[in-house]
Amino acid sequence: MNRTTDNGPSGEAALVAGLKKGDPAAFTELVERYSETIYNLALRMTNNPQEAEEVLQDTFISAFRAVNRFEGRSRLSTWLYRIAYNAALMRLRRRELPTESLDEPLLSEEGEPLPRQLADWTGDPGRKLLEHELRDVLAEAVAGLPEGLRAVFVLRDIEGLSTAETAAVLDLTETNVKVRLHRARLALRERLNAYFAGPGDALAGAVQDLPQRGSYADRL
Amino acid sequence: MPIDCKERLGVLSDYLNGELDDALCREIELHLVECGDCRILVDTLQQTITLYRTHGHETLPPDARERLYAVLKLPAPH
Repeated sequence: MNRTTDNGPSGEAALVAGLKKGDPAAFTELVERYSETIYNLALRMTNNPQEAEEVLQDTFISAFRAVNRFEGRSRLSTWLYRIAYNAALMRLRRRELPTESLDEPLLSEEGEPLPRQLADWTGDPGRKLLEHELRDVLAEAVAGLPEGLRAVFVLRDIEGLSTAETAAVLDLTETNVKVRLHRARLALRERLNAYFAGPGDALAGAVQDLPQRGSYADRL
Repeated sequence: MPIDCKERLGVLSDYLNGELDDALCREIELHLVECGDCRILVDTLQQTITLYRTHGHETLPPDARERLYAVLKLPAPH
């Protein structure tokens, strides 16, 4: 389930040639093909839409500047995702203060909460609310993963990259990708268990026998 | 959870990815018939993966996409 278009090596060669010639259509195609996956990787790494957007912009700015040095030793997508991953890591390292939480209402001087967005409530608000709630639960669970597991999980299970490409993007061995993916899935399952399991869940006891979350991953 | 279940846990992701060889696959499936805990684990792991595959991807917001094209000085395609 690869979300990015894979036109194979020949389609990619034409795209790379266009990029090196400075053809604007080639740059547009690059953005169209890969911005969604880059945005998702950045969003899960930073857990912040604003920073994810900045990582997305930084990635393409760097890529456009460096495209003449792209030698085709890896796939174009791998090269781009590596740039994005490094940009996201740099941003995480640069963080000094926790950013403003979206949960905190903006307050005016009189203490009235200011509305952030004004738009019609189209569609079915109830259904949307449930969908949003689910997405929030899923996002929160991923945000709680150690960094090294998060990137693997997003690329493999959300964005559908192969084990080999994920390994190339993150500079890991394929075995390491598999181990981290498994650790990530177990940790997420455990977190989601708190939301979805009934009170008499047999697994709650069984999972206590598993190695502590994160401890193994941190040693990888 | 018995020891032999823990040993099998390591290959569960490969099993769920359909990447295990036939013999190991059969071994896991035979084990699942008799072990309720592992059955729940496999089932909930599978549901976890499915939830993220279905709802985990966030579409790039249209305004973020517009700003991206503006920053890159490219015309945004429709």
